[in-house]
Amino acid sequence: MASSASAAAAEPESAADLAVGRAFRLPAAALAIGVAAVAAVAVFSATQGAAGLPAGGVLSAILDRVPMLGVESTLSERQESILFEIRMPRMVLGMLVGGSLAMAGAAYQGVFRNPLADPYLLGVSAGAGFGAVLALGFDLDVGWGPFDAVSAAAFVGALVAVSLSAAIARGPGSSPATLLLAGVAMAALFSASQTFALQRLSDTRAREVLSWLFGQLNTSGWEQVWVLGPYFVVCGLLLVLHRRHLDVMRVGDAEAASLGLDPARARLVIIIAASVLTAAAVSVSGLIAFVGLVVPHIVRLLVGSSYRAIVPLSALFGAAFLGFVDVGARTLLSPAELPVGVITALVGAPFFAFILWRGKAVAA
Amino acid sequence: MNAVALRCRDVTVRFGERIAVDAVSVDVAPGEWLGLIGPNGAGKSSLLGALAGIHDYDGVAQRGVGEPITRRDVAYVPQLPVAPEGMTVAEYVLLGRTAHLGWFDRESRADRAIVASVLARLRLDEFAARALTELSGGEQQRVTVARALVQDAPVLLLDEPTSALDLGHQNAVLELVDRLRREEDLTVVAAMHDLSTASRFADRLALIHHGRLVALGSPAEVLRADVLSEIYATPLVIERLGGEIVVLPAPRRRDG
Repeated sequence: MASSASAAAAEPESAADLAVGRAFRLPAAALAIGVAAVAAVAVFSATQGAAGLPAGGVLSAILDRVPMLGVESTLSERQESILFEIRMPRMVLGMLVGGSLAMAGAAYQGVFRNPLADPYLLGVSAGAGFGAVLALGFDLDVGWGPFDAVSAAAFVGALVAVSLSAAIARGPGSSPATLLLAGVAMAALFSASQTFALQRLSDTRAREVLSWLFGQLNTSGWEQVWVLGPYFVVCGLLLVLHRRHLDVMRVGDAEAASLGLDPARARLVIIIAASVLTAAAVSVSGLIAFVGLVVPHIVRLLVGSSYRAIVPLSALFGAAFLGFVDVGARTLLSPAELPVGVITALVGAPFFAFILWRGKAVAA
Repeated sequence: MNAVALRCRDVTVRFGERIAVDAVSVDVAPGEWLGLIGPNGAGKSSLLGALAGIHDYDGVAQRGVGEPITRRDVAYVPQLPVAPEGMTVAEYVLLGRTAHLGWFDRESRADRAIVASVLARLRLDEFAARALTELSGGEQQRVTVARALVQDAPVLLLDEPTSALDLGHQNAVLELVDRLRREEDLTVVAAMHDLSTASRFADRLALIHHGRLVALGSPAEVLRADVLSEIYATPLVIERLGGEIVVLPAPRRRDG
């Protein structure tokens, strides 16, 4: 076999070799589109808002902060502080949240071999919502570090719900489907508890909780970015490193085991990484629906069904998508603000219905 | 028997209370084709599943004599392979390299070269970029054989690999496996549904009934009308056709 293998390597033009190479590499065109989209959205987001900032000025202000370039910022001091203290943190946070949710969505879809899986599966959203309601409603003082009480309680609630789902599904005869159903049960339990707690709140408090549940990217400087950033890096890296396993798991547990993968171990690591990432995103942004569902599908339409490409590209396209949508949330009803989760749902639901109708969504 | 490629000693597979494979012991010689035969539910697939790392088992399964088998020692072709929607043939065959990679590794150039050469050898190059689900059943099964081949394992386990194919494709896939066995010096253990086909391809047959190994030997030794009729619970006759053994149901009496 060794001799024929090296012979094949000597003639890289064979159809088989090309296809194998394609299976192996990140598609360059899609990668370029993703990077360009993130860059374009960044410029768009930095220049749009109540105070209009010129694109050239924004660029000069950023380059001014790079040492040894000798570029002078053309923005005024006030414009600079709007750019660096208000717009950029929010833009970066939106991109991190979008990238996190999209990557977690792609991972869940792979692990459950279900194209309809999304980051709020396994009771994540209901758990987070219940935690937030408790923190707001009962003045729980559970904040620590940069987490305020709501974020901290949401993070804990999300993790508790996921852990319970996973614990239920560890019983005999468990399968990916068991875990999904356990998630449905947990979601029902926590939603009911959330509704019950919400009923006990005053109107003002209840409105506060509801606006959080809709998903908002309100920032106070860079704090939230520093909260989510490390989770994005660590969990995102874990997911990217496991993307090959997601492809192996597509043939089912039995065949995956015969190929030499431990599917239970891979599934556990991937679910933990995706769930912690989701919980961290939820804790800084509330519940932003459909990003984790729609973005991986768009990526799939662009690059095919291999998770080697879908997982990393979902991070890029998710960042661009939510960064773009958040500009709408900030500016459409200015000076009032739309919850970004409402826009993602308004855009995402019809788009998703269209994908389902075309029958392209089954390729998880 | 001298050299041993695969040794099973008291291999037992349990599903809860049910014993699917009951203390099966057998040695398979290098380059040999061992056919597993027996009625539905006899335990053929469960035995293969244990050797393939799918089911837990008690007892000993060794590569040669002494070392326990690992995922690099056996490659497995399932009865009805899962064909993931949208996966290309090249992506699918590349999965066969999994056992050769560490947890965080990616496939190397050498892995890719092996995949490309196997695709070329099985004349699947033209399909390499096509989606698996676009292929016919016979082509898909050839691709699954290709995936098993890139595993580069000395033992090939086949679980009724042709039961979903018509006669022509059945024969083509089995002839391919037999050719590869001779060219690559592979050892084949195959659960086979059709007794006549089993006798044509296998060097020896292992007859399994209720999880137990009840007969082991050459096709002529194992395929006996009285034993088979009892185990399959239907009258069977054994004929010779051009030197080959053919197992047929006893002729029906047609009244009126």
